[in-house]
Amino acid sequence: MEDIKETVLEYVQDEYLEEDDDREVEMDTPLISGGIVDSFSMVSLKRFLENKYGIQIPDSDATPEAFDSVEKIAVLVERFLDA
Amino acid sequence: MSNIGSYGERLNDFDWSLSEQELDYNKGDVINIGWYCTDRNCEQGLAEKTAFIWENAAGDERTYTFDDMRVLTNTIASYLKELGLEPGDRICLFLDRVPELYLSFLGILKMGGIAQPLFSAFGDESLHQRLGPAGTSAIFTQRKHVAKIRKIRDSLPDLKHIIVVDGDPEKLREREVIFDLDSTPRVEEFDVHPSTAETPSVLHYTSGTTGQPKGALHVHYSLISQYLSARWVLDLQPDDIYWCNADPGWVTGTSYGIIGPWANGITQAVLDSGFQTERWYKFIEKHRITVWYSAPTAIRLLMREGLDTVSKFDLSSLRHLCSVGEPLNAEAVHWSMEAYGLAFHDTYWQTETGSMVITNYPGMPIKAGSMGKPFPGIEATILDPDTFEPLNETGSVGVIGLKPGWPSMFRTYWNNQEVYDSKFINGWYVCGDRASIDADGYYWFQGRDDDTINTGGHLVGPFEIESALLEHDSVAESAAIGKPDEVNMEVVKAFVALKPGFEAGPDLELEIMNFVRKRLSPLAMPQEIEFVDSLPKTRSGKIMRRLLRAQEWGEPIGDISSLEND
Repeated sequence: MEDIKETVLEYVQDEYLEEDDDREVEMDTPLISGGIVDSFSMVSLKRFLENKYGIQIPDSDATPEAFDSVEKIAVLVERFLDA
Repeated sequence: MSNIGSYGERLNDFDWSLSEQELDYNKGDVINIGWYCTDRNCEQGLAEKTAFIWENAAGDERTYTFDDMRVLTNTIASYLKELGLEPGDRICLFLDRVPELYLSFLGILKMGGIAQPLFSAFGDESLHQRLGPAGTSAIFTQRKHVAKIRKIRDSLPDLKHIIVVDGDPEKLREREVIFDLDSTPRVEEFDVHPSTAETPSVLHYTSGTTGQPKGALHVHYSLISQYLSARWVLDLQPDDIYWCNADPGWVTGTSYGIIGPWANGITQAVLDSGFQTERWYKFIEKHRITVWYSAPTAIRLLMREGLDTVSKFDLSSLRHLCSVGEPLNAEAVHWSMEAYGLAFHDTYWQTETGSMVITNYPGMPIKAGSMGKPFPGIEATILDPDTFEPLNETGSVGVIGLKPGWPSMFRTYWNNQEVYDSKFINGWYVCGDRASIDADGYYWFQGRDDDTINTGGHLVGPFEIESALLEHDSVAESAAIGKPDEVNMEVVKAFVALKPGFEAGPDLELEIMNFVRKRLSPLAMPQEIEFVDSLPKTRSGKIMRRLLRAQEWGEPIGDISSLEND
């Protein structure tokens, strides 16, 4: 679980924050409601998770709520890894 | 009783002078939207009324009275003049929905500048396509977005000032200044620019099928339409707390997220937060929102969460709901009746029209799925797509035509008169959307009449996406179309032929998606990329998007006699 969190956190920081954007992204930072990842960009984040972990996340599970923090995303990934 | 009363009676002897009279405007007078939205309300006895409630994702809240708005917009207007900016200069707003966005928009208008709002999620290429041709002189932005401007500023010689509203003095670079509104001395009195009806006010860029985005230029007289349509369609009344979901980077966010409500002296609430169902409902509950102007994409996301989520909140303050951006499907109207006890009223208009042109009205029966009827004073029809003559037969499908002349109609495309002229045929402004009219006079949307992609209520041009795709090292050829999407109506799908040496696969697909997202915007990012050996072209080498789109939508392919034979 910790590995997943670290990987997702690093990806979010690299891909969705601009250079000089000094906002701190923590494990529980709101990503969607906090405006760091918008609902359209969520598609690329979902695709990253699917590629990285070899899973398929149905659209019905890829909700703004489920993607709203690194912690929540890690829980989602674990669920599909276990499935 | 609604403001409009009877739609049918309003059609009789309608004249825009009604709106002029309500605004105490006479032909030839000074008319400045910035002044109307702030100072005039104070003169009307609303100085201490709450004008603006702002809240962010973290729950931080600020409240401004109309007198606060008056003084703060004076302060911004004065600051811009001190910087050396002049009336007619294009001044861009590249900000999230922070208070400075709304206040600076009005401050720019007060000093005679042309406000050029841009969606803060745009990437550097999208910015460049809009700042360069506009010759923009200054840009308001935030620390988190300034890197995108730094990437392109060397090729923007007209851009003299990069105004960072939350900047760090230690990190400033060339042409950057900090403007901290909280610590800037207040300016009580400011000589508002004496703009008249045809003085340019707002420059909104919009995408089309061909070429780069075009800047639709509006004038201060647009207020006449925006004021009255906000009053009659949104039905804004003195005690309302109004919430418009649109970002002012798009025309809804300025016409009805700034101008319409504040010209009516209404309290407006803004939530600077991404979409999240419970967060939105909590906002409605907390601020006792009464009138809500949303969009089909958001409504469909709310539908997904279901009625159980609705029941957790007290949404009883809501009394009128409207929707804009793309056709509102009948299911969404029925669902909103079940969820909120109120129907969403669909409204149709465009960046170019500046205000609602075909819409549903309070008190007029709604036909779920219909666009409604033309706003009083606006003559609309359905045109034959070949001859551009009106189709008089009920139910005939053609393109929507509007007779020019309503106050908020755009006046030109910035430095692109030729394309502007091409929008007018046989005396009609041709909207580019297909529709039909039923026996009761209701309009029914049928689709776009071109290749423009409507995703989540925003138009995206395929040419922009294809150009960005070609900038990726691996891409030899590309085509972009809209594919059906349950939530966003359409999302971008790209077809890509790779250069030799590159191998198609999920990692490359993700890399290209992110490349376009960063260059253009999240809206323009293909949500699917299909790798192909080659793209269908005409014998003259033009990519046949129409064919790709028909295959995607399962529609008839039509005439392919011009298709190149391999």
